[in-house]
Amino acid sequence: MTKVKLNDAYPNIEIDLGMGNVLRKGETKDIPESYELKQAIELGHVEVAKETKKWDGKNAKKGSEIWVFAEQRNNKISRVVLELLGAARALSEKLSVNVAAVILCEKDNGLSNELIAYGADKVYLAEDARLKDYQTDVYTKAISDLVSEHKPQIVIYGATHIGRDLAPRISQRISTGLTADCTCLDIDEDDLLVQTKPAFGGNIMAQIKCKTKPQMSTVRPGVMKMLPNHKKRKGSVVKIRLEIAQSKTKVIDIIKSAKKRVNLEESGIIISGGRGLCEKKNFEMIEKFASLIGAEVGASRAVVDEGWIKEDHQVGQTGKTVRPKLYIACGISGAIQHRAGMQNSEMIIAINKDPNAMIFQIADYGIVGDVKEVIPALIKAIEGE
Amino acid sequence: MNIIVCIKQVPGTTDIKIDPSTGRLKREGVPSIINPEDKNAIQAALDLKGKGKVTVMTMGPPQAEDALREALAIGATEAVLLSDMKFAGSDTWATANILAAAVKKIGKFDLILCGREAIDGNTAQVGPQLAENLGLPQITYVQKIELDNGKVKVERELEDGYEIVETELPVLLTVIKELNEPCYPSLNGIYEAFHKREIKVLTNKDLNVDEERIGLEASPTFVKKVFTPEPKGQGTMLEGSVKDIAKELIKKLKEKEIIQKF
Repeated sequence: MTKVKLNDAYPNIEIDLGMGNVLRKGETKDIPESYELKQAIELGHVEVAKETKKWDGKNAKKGSEIWVFAEQRNNKISRVVLELLGAARALSEKLSVNVAAVILCEKDNGLSNELIAYGADKVYLAEDARLKDYQTDVYTKAISDLVSEHKPQIVIYGATHIGRDLAPRISQRISTGLTADCTCLDIDEDDLLVQTKPAFGGNIMAQIKCKTKPQMSTVRPGVMKMLPNHKKRKGSVVKIRLEIAQSKTKVIDIIKSAKKRVNLEESGIIISGGRGLCEKKNFEMIEKFASLIGAEVGASRAVVDEGWIKEDHQVGQTGKTVRPKLYIACGISGAIQHRAGMQNSEMIIAINKDPNAMIFQIADYGIVGDVKEVIPALIKAIEGE
Repeated sequence: MNIIVCIKQVPGTTDIKIDPSTGRLKREGVPSIINPEDKNAIQAALDLKGKGKVTVMTMGPPQAEDALREALAIGATEAVLLSDMKFAGSDTWATANILAAAVKKIGKFDLILCGREAIDGNTAQVGPQLAENLGLPQITYVQKIELDNGKVKVERELEDGYEIVETELPVLLTVIKELNEPCYPSLNGIYEAFHKREIKVLTNKDLNVDEERIGLEASPTFVKKVFTPEPKGQGTMLEGSVKDIAKELIKKLKEKEIIQKF
């Protein structure tokens, strides 16, 4: 038996390793020796997993925690933070260290417990009315001081408008390396963090390491796996008192867009419509289908240009780059510009009239047919039970 | 008002391939451009400068001069190229150290503008790192700028809207494409920029940054490898009546727990 896992760069969600052994993305499994396994390892599709002892947190090394910056807005923890806690837990098991979340807020009101329930062993908590809204200088000083005092080995932030403002500022202040917008984090044989990030809009992936401590990354929302909410998990809360200076910038107002902004990047399922829908009103069936399975609605550039749907729904080179669990392309031919924005989705389903449409080349499941018939049939198949 | 704009010369496309024999990016034959959001920064500087001057600055190899000449053609007053073999391979931290030294060398300014991120590295880190290095306040993701008596009021884009932020000058802003529509250079501007204007070149002899803080060796991060994400192979084509296909597909999605059971 060999303990193996599917390489992150492997394009499909599963691989057949012979004798009925199928290895899926994200799982680590013991597979008996076979020709298929040997070949898959040689081709780099599959890698031999590092032996990880199930770690119970009792023998944690000291002074080398993994930290998660727990961004909050309106006293609500951002979803990406919970994903980061899941990622940090996976890293912590390889390193045998504790995961700590750092939260700056006005009042705790259960936030620490939430962080513990989702994977933090420890929460560093600072409460102050002046920490209510994110301010670059106030937050930079607070986190930099804490990092200098407690010396975590890794600090991760969500690659949000807050994280990408804060993390570079901290990296410069404490003179350590930072990698932006990571989509995969791992630990190598030297116990160092290996950070994979897209460059050139996702056409190239780069693996980056850091020579200094702490190793810091911002991590793209929506790619890391959140752990289930475990209300019985135990953890400690360390209250910290900060010296807070007056911020040099002043937030006068925060304005929410009237319409809920489409959040394609954070969505687990995206259903996109293209020219094959024939006319604007047919987008309604896409919307209905999307609401039934909790998906966001995406679109090709062609239909955005036609004015069938707003620009913030556009997926592709000039729109959003997405990587959901499931992407359903409806009546989209799959030009390279569109594929650039969605080809890293975990699973792709394509529906198109033209059997030679480019989109089928990257689809896990393809249906040749008229979207205007197939989508109502799918809706019926869901409702029909 | 005197404004410094930091720009980067980048490949004119994100469709870049890797040379399998060297494992490096193939840049030959790919035209270079000014990074798109840096063009928004140049335009904003021209709109705001009044009687002051706009100094564009870039760090890069000698050919990055072309990007500066284009900025001059659009209307920038002065151009500075930071070029030295010792700068090569700098990551964002080291780059910020070099830019900060250059800003101090250029002297008095009221505002520094940068594009939010470059289309090659996609890090969005150099702007904030430069601000920190210079001890300036920063506002990132700026989509609107108003100046009023030594104060600046901006709209900062958020994921679900925007915030209005105010601060005093000097400040560093990183701007996004929603800020403005960059102008094209005039023919006369292009002629002047490429035939008559001078580019000031600064090396580390001029800037005198500690060599422990610049270049490949001193950079805290390093690229271990680059690779192209493999395209997916073609999967299964579902056949049969539309009704049967739909049923089969929904069943599969439920089995794989991709969609919830209702």
